[in-house]
Amino acid sequence: MHIPDGFLDAKTVAVTAALAATGVGLALRAVRRELPPRRRPLLGLAAAFIFAAQMVNFPVLGGTSGHLIGGTLVAALLGPGAGVVVMTTVLIVQCFLFGDGGVSTLGANIFNMGIVSVGCGYALYRLLARMFPGLRGQVAALAFGAWASTVLAAISCAGQLAWSGRVPWATGFTAMVSVHLLIGIGEGFITALVFLAVHRTRPEIITDTGRPLRGGELIRYGLLAALGVAVFVAPFACPWPDGLEAVAARLGFEHQATASLIPAPLADYHIPGRHWGPGATALAGVIGSLVVFGLALALGRWLVPQPETKPGAGPGNS
Amino acid sequence: MSAHWLGHHHGQQQSPVHRLPVALKLGAALLLILGTVIVPLDFTLWFGSVAVVLTLVILISRISLLFLAKRLLVLSPFVLGVALVNAFHPATRGLWLGVALKSALCLLTVTLLANTTPFSGILRVLQRMHVPALLLTTIALMHRYLFVLADESERMKRARASRTFTRTRRLQWQTRATVIGQLFIRASERAERIYDAMCARGWK
Repeated sequence: MHIPDGFLDAKTVAVTAALAATGVGLALRAVRRELPPRRRPLLGLAAAFIFAAQMVNFPVLGGTSGHLIGGTLVAALLGPGAGVVVMTTVLIVQCFLFGDGGVSTLGANIFNMGIVSVGCGYALYRLLARMFPGLRGQVAALAFGAWASTVLAAISCAGQLAWSGRVPWATGFTAMVSVHLLIGIGEGFITALVFLAVHRTRPEIITDTGRPLRGGELIRYGLLAALGVAVFVAPFACPWPDGLEAVAARLGFEHQATASLIPAPLADYHIPGRHWGPGATALAGVIGSLVVFGLALALGRWLVPQPETKPGAGPGNS
Repeated sequence: MSAHWLGHHHGQQQSPVHRLPVALKLGAALLLILGTVIVPLDFTLWFGSVAVVLTLVILISRISLLFLAKRLLVLSPFVLGVALVNAFHPATRGLWLGVALKSALCLLTVTLLANTTPFSGILRVLQRMHVPALLLTTIALMHRYLFVLADESERMKRARASRTFTRTRRLQWQTRATVIGQLFIRASERAERIYDAMCARGWK
């Protein structure tokens, strides 16, 4: 999802840079206020950890493999402010040291993978964990949050590409979302597994548990993410029905482009028998989310043997 | 151990480009990148001069062309893919060839900057530009321990592989997740030791 240089135009670069700077500023302030100095080096180490963890490949079907992205995981382990700072650091180093992701698009990448991903993933995780108490509920909420964070970051990315006039909204949205629906499932699964692995061996290391859910914090990141969505995505959601014909006219080659970009045979996610429109897409989104949340609950039941498992009392591994 | 995927040059090579002030190099690179992104495609003079500047830098810094070509190919499969697909469609050919050109020039600029400039130098310039200290400390620590943790994860992967045969996919996922969890625990413990060491050396 790292957008390279040249994929965004000047206005998108400026807006995303401003949004990212605001979000990172807020996160830095929150971290300075909350994290004791003793824990501050952990931010740098956690960033290095995310980088190293991204190099561990998980086998997926047919010889392909995926890896962790890590925004929701790091937020669940260290808190949302620290999560934003850590993901920002990872993206800055990837950009300047390894050329992964552009310099002019750094703001957009930080906004998508730092702020939207961490903010939304963490908010969903905490809200759902409150509705479904216990370790099972927590794991399910975390898996769902990680999945949703991946999909939302992809939607934001598609919105920026469309706003720059590089990739038409319909093409970009379909391609990005359909791929990341699947990537997100892997992300949710890995996030839950890693969280449980840490929870079993050293539960006291997880600084975020036991912290009261602070509404103000969620609202701030939520507002910022909503602002971004309003800027990037809303312009395309409104003229959608009219834009449909224009898209259909172009669909000939655009579908081809999409198909060759993503070699996997992906099932389209809209409901058969209905004309593809915003209503159907929204409905499909809601149903899909519910299905994934059901899967996440099942995952929680599967991974956590008994609901009354207390931290530290789990089976020792190794 | 991590040299194979790091592939950085600085330290071994010296050239006039390596010795230039970091602030100048960083500023010039940002200017080139932003200019390349913003300038419209028919402004060929800009792209020509950027290409000349980059060629001069490559020649003077004596970075091997093979190395640069490899980096560009490894890093831009997405750009190349999109550009190739669109090159066959007349409607989008111009736009996407342009985007691919811009993207390649920017990538080349960043790669040259990263390979002629020590990272700590860049951090020092950012410090002078009043980037928040907490962010800079975090970046510096990440850069310092990146390779340490990558090696650690490599060692843990090898240890895991030598103890478990290839098992079902479910168990593979579980063992890998355990490795990652263990890596986080080790990173967290290391952070505590680093904090003690920093305090012992007078960090405030």
